[in-house]
Amino acid sequence: MTLIIGDDSRLAEIVLLSLRVSGIALLISTIIGIPTGALLGLTRFRGRRLSVALVYTGMAFPPVVIGLFVYLLLSRSGVFGSLNIAWMPRLFTPEAMILAQVIIAYPLVAGFTMAAVQAVDPALRMQMQSLGASRWQTTWAILEEARVGVIAAVVAGFGGIISEVGAVMLVGGNIAGQTRVLTTAIVLETNKGNFGMALALGVILLSIAFSTNFIILRLEGRAFDE
Amino acid sequence: MNALYHLHDVTVRYGARTVLSVDDLAIQRGEVLAIVGPSGAGKSTLLRLLNFLQPPTSGVVRFDGVAFSASKAAPLAVRRRVTTVFQRPVLLKRSVEANVAYGLRLRGQRDGIDTVRTTLAEVGLAELANQPARTLSGGEAQRVALARAMVLRPDALLLDEPTANLDPYNVGLIEQIVARLNREQGTTIVLVTHNVHQARRLAQRVLFLLDGRAIEIADVRTFFEAPADARTGAFVRGEMVY
Repeated sequence: MTLIIGDDSRLAEIVLLSLRVSGIALLISTIIGIPTGALLGLTRFRGRRLSVALVYTGMAFPPVVIGLFVYLLLSRSGVFGSLNIAWMPRLFTPEAMILAQVIIAYPLVAGFTMAAVQAVDPALRMQMQSLGASRWQTTWAILEEARVGVIAAVVAGFGGIISEVGAVMLVGGNIAGQTRVLTTAIVLETNKGNFGMALALGVILLSIAFSTNFIILRLEGRAFDE
Repeated sequence: MNALYHLHDVTVRYGARTVLSVDDLAIQRGEVLAIVGPSGAGKSTLLRLLNFLQPPTSGVVRFDGVAFSASKAAPLAVRRRVTTVFQRPVLLKRSVEANVAYGLRLRGQRDGIDTVRTTLAEVGLAELANQPARTLSGGEAQRVALARAMVLRPDALLLDEPTANLDPYNVGLIEQIVARLNREQGTTIVLVTHNVHQARRLAQRVLFLLDGRAIEIADVRTFFEAPADARTGAFVRGEMVY
């Protein structure tokens, strides 16, 4: 750790950007991923099987390829880049990195949520309805029953993006002070031969991942004890 | 008219198979009606209709004047006047108390904790209020299921084989509670059971279902001692082969 002292403010910047980009991406993925998972897991509709297949594909998609797609979409000669839509993020900005990470994390959150709600006893739904639950209240009750699995889905989403390097490198560009995050900084420092620095960044990344998972495991533990 | 439920020409079909076909059935306010019959007779289907959980394929179920049919779903407010205790209760992964309070919470009533505690005491589970529901035995879980239904003070309480697979102690306890509920609060009770002895102990009237059809409905004494239909007699004596 002493190796990086003196570079404190720059380091803090990198850590904060990592957390901000992945945090916002996770938030968005959770907000759209949990309802998607509940919908896929609890209802039958036309195109459901195709949607499930797409989610599963998305869960296993290489992040670097997603990065490539987003790059092509956003670049000036790309589909959205050339349209110049005001709210579309520009390439080599944190917003572009968030977009890529949402595409990576969303299928993870949706897919694991779907599996979690499907594991809840199917008889529960009718019994909740019989107690007077509306459709929304029933869905909510099932999500609450599946909470351990739903939390795991969110963790999986976070794990998938905080440690991801390919996509953020492509669409962010690893610009110092602007789009440099922990993973891309590790790549750079390693290439420069600054193994000490790279290792220190790696330790920070590890401890972020570890402490997040630790907190979530504690939450799960509480859910188990009920 | 003192009927709480009135069913007219009700059928439930799955594809070509008719699982229930009831021309005319009235369930009186404040009575205990037992529905007996072999498995597959349509007993549980009938209960789901009465709880508005499944619409009839054709015909109308009237509850206190409100019609429920294939084209007309029951409003939530009506659905909330009826509840069911199922054969295999599924409890929430929460405390016993939270499970019993659940229905009240759905209705936005957050001040029902006294009712919840009283009801838990009535089913003999006051000491277990704070225990996780998943640690309960089968009989205890069923009593929690009964308590979570009772706190709602339903107009009609539907029981779907509530004591199947339970030990005699719990069977006795549950029957006592159900009888008292009917006696003291006038709750209309519809009890599905394959156990004719239980029907005899609890019910004032008994309905015999066979292959989705109502074969006979009579007061409990007539039903058991002088049934009009030969098949009822055979079923009651345990001679029916199915």
